[in-house]
Amino acid sequence: MPSKKRFKRPFFYLLVIPEEVTGPRRYAIIRRNILILMLLITLVPLVLMAAINYHQYQSALKAEIVNPLKILVNKTKHSFELFLTNRLATVRFIASAYTYSDLADEPKLNKIFRVLRQEFEGFIDLGLIDANGIQVSYAGPYDLKGRDYSDQVWFQQVKVNGIHISDVFMGYRKHPHVALAAQHLTDSGDFWVIRATIDTRRFDQLIASMGLDPGSDAFLLNREGYFQTASKFYGQVLDHCDLCVPTVSYEPTVLQRTDKRGQEVMVAYAFFNRPDFVLMLVKPVGTVLKAWYTLKSELLLVFIASVVLIVLVVLRLAHVLVSRLQTADEKRELAFQQIEHTQKLSSIGRLAAGVAHEINNPLAVINEKAGLMKDLIGISSDFSNKDRFLNLIGAIAHSVDRCRTITHRLLGFARRMEVQIEVLDVNELLQETLGFLEKEALHRNIKLNLNYAGDLPRIASDRGQLQQVFLNLLNNGFDAIKDSGTISIATWEKDLDTIGVSIQDNGIGMSPETLKHIFEPFYTTKKGTGTGLGLSITYGIVKKLGGDISVQSKLGQGTQFVVFLPKKAAKENEGA
Amino acid sequence: MDNLKVLLVDDELEFVSTLAERLEMRNFVVSTANNGEKAIESVAAEPPDIVILDIMMPGMSGLAVLKRIREERPNMPVILLTGMGAGCAVADGMDHGAFDCLTKPINIEDLIDKIGKAVAPAGKRV
Repeated sequence: MPSKKRFKRPFFYLLVIPEEVTGPRRYAIIRRNILILMLLITLVPLVLMAAINYHQYQSALKAEIVNPLKILVNKTKHSFELFLTNRLATVRFIASAYTYSDLADEPKLNKIFRVLRQEFEGFIDLGLIDANGIQVSYAGPYDLKGRDYSDQVWFQQVKVNGIHISDVFMGYRKHPHVALAAQHLTDSGDFWVIRATIDTRRFDQLIASMGLDPGSDAFLLNREGYFQTASKFYGQVLDHCDLCVPTVSYEPTVLQRTDKRGQEVMVAYAFFNRPDFVLMLVKPVGTVLKAWYTLKSELLLVFIASVVLIVLVVLRLAHVLVSRLQTADEKRELAFQQIEHTQKLSSIGRLAAGVAHEINNPLAVINEKAGLMKDLIGISSDFSNKDRFLNLIGAIAHSVDRCRTITHRLLGFARRMEVQIEVLDVNELLQETLGFLEKEALHRNIKLNLNYAGDLPRIASDRGQLQQVFLNLLNNGFDAIKDSGTISIATWEKDLDTIGVSIQDNGIGMSPETLKHIFEPFYTTKKGTGTGLGLSITYGIVKKLGGDISVQSKLGQGTQFVVFLPKKAAKENEGA
Repeated sequence: MDNLKVLLVDDELEFVSTLAERLEMRNFVVSTANNGEKAIESVAAEPPDIVILDIMMPGMSGLAVLKRIREERPNMPVILLTGMGAGCAVADGMDHGAFDCLTKPINIEDLIDKIGKAVAPAGKRV
């Protein structure tokens, strides 16, 4: 179990979205995990498949190349062995079929040799050697009669084995020869030896019959590594071979080696049972595996292209996915904040509405009582301290007015959260909204330029929402200007269905880049203090109310927001 | 506007009595009612020239009273009063046929101005 858990953990880790990490790091982690996961599940099978394919194909192709090489080597080896066995059998036949005295008689030997040469190609000479190793008689081109072989290795071997096939040696005319010898044992226990020499042209013919391409080479070696036949590339007869003698194997075997020319070659070889020769076939790998190399490079190209494509797609996909996720999260967060905000405001609003209503009625009574007092004092001509009382009543009326302003504001605030279409006067609403900023304007000596259209028609819209729009735009203007700057507000009737409201400042203005993003959520130039939501909410409200908002700005000259509002409420949005 | 008959309807007795006295001082003939039922009776018994009607009253609400008056006397001008800003702002109030709506506390000059406009033959607005 613990091992299984350990195995599962990394995958689990990759699949989990870290809740405890927030901000950009969270999305970086998600992006990284998606990347790793997707690359793993796409690239691992691809790499595995490519590797298996590569391996499989390589072994299949090699088998296809190796097998013919083996067959060729085996066939040629058999031809060699057949040839040598055949010639040796001939010599043994002569040794068995003739008596010592026949063979010791040179004319007779010459006759036998003549017949031999007629029937069997390649014989150079024929001789009889007695048990003491002395050449008794000889038929052939050299004068070897009387020669003593008793201390030579081959003579000792013949004595032991009954037959002998020599390595290749250079004969009198600088032709490579092979000596064959067979022992004849008499009934009395004496023996004599027949020795014949054959030239190795037949060897060359056998190798030529292999039908090799120009890049390939085949030759015989003895076990010590000396060439028994000439090689195209590696040496002449009796040179020593650089391709060292391979491990003994009587079955055809194929090795891959680098030859002295630095070329990758395939070496097919087989040892002879008798004599101690090795047949070697050398083929450059380049020729052999040319098709394979072409395919390999094509495979590699496809593989690399696939990997690049996958990586690109995965990168792009991860980016898109994570961006979507991030946007969705941000939207959710924003919606959540707005709901929270709305709930907070609506409960405060209900409280405010209740308080305002309860206060307004007694306030009305105070107002009327004071008014009546003023009326009464006004009509009585002989009231003492008349002026003083009128002043006092004036103070009461002024306080009532202040209270009324406060309760009206509270009521306005309460209504702001309830989406409620009512008929309203935009000029009045603007003035009311400016009321919130009066103190700041006074304090900062901000000049307000008001150009309200006198005959502006009333429109059906949401008072609270519109107030928020105006407040946001005015706040923006106030933030943009220096002390004693100017805010200009204008209203006009644009056409039969629309009115326009312009809020303009002569503040710092905005760059075209800022202007482009101005209504995007979370975009703010008020680093640290702004939420980046004000203007996006403003935009949202105006659109919801069926209106339109546009902005014009120049750095250093100021900014103008223009809001167009429909005279009639946007019915299609009411249900939302 | 002398001797214009005004019916003042509000459940706040102190408000009604004081405003009535002030209007009388300005030569209006004022009758009062403290709830909706009395207001309707009063309108039936002695039709005034104009009704000043509070929206929020226990029992029969001002809007219900307004509806009854509209049914019986379609041409009688009515000015609504409310302690709650929203009451006035609701465009519905206009549809009931009230001439205007004022939020308490009111300014008596405003009220008289509105009464004048409401009863003037040419000033009739819907």
